[in-house]
Amino acid sequence: MIRNITCIECPVGCSLKVDIENCRVVKVEGHKCPKGEKYAVTEVENPVRVLASSVLAQGLSVKMIPVKTDIPIPKERMMDAMAEIKKIRVCAPVGVGDVIKDDLLGLGVRLVSTRDVRD
Amino acid sequence: MIERDLVVVGGGPAGMAAAIEAHRCGVKDILLLERDQFLGGILNQCIHTGFGIEYYKEVLTGPEYADRFIKQVLETPDIEVSLKSFVVDLTEDKVLTYLKPGLMHTVRAKTLIMATGCREKTREMVHIAGTRPAGIFSAGLAQKLINIEGLLPGREVVIVGSGDIGLIMARRFTLEGAKVKAVVEIQKESRGLKRNIVQCLEDFDIPLYFKHKISRIYGKDRVEQVDIVEVDDNFNEIPGSKREVKCDTLLVSVGLIPENELIEMAGVEIDKKTNSPLSEEVNKTSIPGLFVCGNSFKVYDIVDKVTRDSLVAGRLAAEYLGYEVKR
Repeated sequence: MIRNITCIECPVGCSLKVDIENCRVVKVEGHKCPKGEKYAVTEVENPVRVLASSVLAQGLSVKMIPVKTDIPIPKERMMDAMAEIKKIRVCAPVGVGDVIKDDLLGLGVRLVSTRDVRD
Repeated sequence: MIERDLVVVGGGPAGMAAAIEAHRCGVKDILLLERDQFLGGILNQCIHTGFGIEYYKEVLTGPEYADRFIKQVLETPDIEVSLKSFVVDLTEDKVLTYLKPGLMHTVRAKTLIMATGCREKTREMVHIAGTRPAGIFSAGLAQKLINIEGLLPGREVVIVGSGDIGLIMARRFTLEGAKVKAVVEIQKESRGLKRNIVQCLEDFDIPLYFKHKISRIYGKDRVEQVDIVEVDDNFNEIPGSKREVKCDTLLVSVGLIPENELIEMAGVEIDKKTNSPLSEEVNKTSIPGLFVCGNSFKVYDIVDKVTRDSLVAGRLAAEYLGYEVKR
């Protein structure tokens, strides 16, 4: 089976033609760099996304602290992850890369701050 | 009057890159004016990933991309950062007047880099008929409300225009639990990046209607409904194509305009159509020693290119001051 997808690894957005047999990618065409091939395999076999959102800060210099997952999470878990993220309150200063929540949803993924926030 | 070798107006990615590069080229006396209480500019509200792929060869969020420049600026004592500093006047001989809480300051710049960014086009600029209720936001304002203020501006959303900010906000509203009912684009294709069509709309099954427009907004106090119609090649409504969509919020994402009122005040020639300075060469203006970089020079699609060209502005400023610039 042939599936046409758009690579989202960079702003170029290559159109990829993916040949799939028994739910496995056997051939990828149309990518201008190696990232495209890797993306096609992941997107077909186990689609993932980095989730970026923000969490509530309390008593700090900003109201919201931007966060992201340190590695991509399964696409179908994004809304579950959002429900977890909404419960979080951060009361102490954080730096870029500091872990806000370890092992999000038991996925082995860390939620990290993407901004330096002081009190 | 206080005189500075270089004044940079705007502490976003363009202004910070220009200041850092001018310093690297030898400029020792730099004043960086920023109207907000933080450096970083619009990147602070662009919390999604996708920045830095060209410049840093890694994927960063907006605040992370900004953070790298903020740290460099703060580690450079020769760059004096003045926050909450709002420039209100600029003359042809580069005298700036700016307001800072409690005081008005005047400074003369030997050379000046304007990195004032751009602003969003509004509902009024795309001529949508109907009432003027609450619930109509530009996409970037909605982004600020959600990501900086922690407020959700609506529950049932229609987005007009498929530029990148609109697409990004379709995903952001959805992640926050709102329902995005449609993205409406009058053209045959999107001005936004293909990757954003995929990861912001298709990932969440948000419908995108090309060759459609909003023909009317309804609602007394708050948006209650919009009419969506199909258009022909001349953007005229195709009779019988109307569909009514109930919603409480309309986001307008129909393009950006360089913000250049200050240099216009100083007498720089401006292209009336694009609001960019008339220029043969990147960053240059009709006034020698007055440079413009980033989105105020022209609207860029990605920040990496803003950085690349703003570094050039820093070098041009250093050259103007007589420094020999090593490339």
